[in-house]
Amino acid sequence: MAQNNTDQNRQIRYLNPPTVEVRKKKYCRFKKAGIKYVDYKDPEFLKKFLNEQGKILPRRITGTSLKFQRKVSTAIKRARTLALLPYVTDLLK
Amino acid sequence: MLKQYETVFIATPVLSEEQMKEAVAKYTALIKDNGGEIVYEEDWGLRQLAYPIQYKTSGFYYLIQFQAEPSFIDVLETQYHRDERIIRFLTVALDKYAVEYAEKRRANRKAKSEAPAAEEVKSEVEPEAPEAEEIPEAPEAE
Repeated sequence: MAQNNTDQNRQIRYLNPPTVEVRKKKYCRFKKAGIKYVDYKDPEFLKKFLNEQGKILPRRITGTSLKFQRKVSTAIKRARTLALLPYVTDLLK
Repeated sequence: MLKQYETVFIATPVLSEEQMKEAVAKYTALIKDNGGEIVYEEDWGLRQLAYPIQYKTSGFYYLIQFQAEPSFIDVLETQYHRDERIIRFLTVALDKYAVEYAEKRRANRKAKSEAPAAEEVKSEVEPEAPEAEEIPEAPEAE
């Protein structure tokens, strides 16, 4: 056993391989694409900012800037009043 | 000063086509009679609602974009409230970006309706392309 150890010690071994996370940088898609107005009449687009229960996703997940997060949330709420999007649901996607 | 507005209303699905036209005519006339100006109209037809409203699961959607005095909005909304045919409505003031967007959208729809099934292959590609331009890859939306 001792011999085995010396053999293996030539290389540094970890129990769990060290995770080197390379996270993609989040970005605001509105700023990137130059969209100035968030349309409440397009539920398919707004669905990208909802989770499966139809709740609005936080900024930390979508990467939207604060300015557009506010616009997205009003747009979603308008779409909900017009029954284009549900208030509550299961399995939206 | 006239301001740009946009109003969408949902009428009950029990209406016949005639009655729907009548309802639309009523509101367009109302806007014009009060010194407003209709910029654009759009009929979305019968659509499924995302949740039931007054026990109804579908409705006729109609969009009117117009210019009017701000005081007119109250008049319009009281009319909506009193009208039993209307089950839901939304009136929104448009800022300059919204007006710009509305014009673009109008042009888009016009182009689409003018180039119908004749160019099937192209039209299949076309709606994808501008979409991709506007909406880049979703950064893991989940």
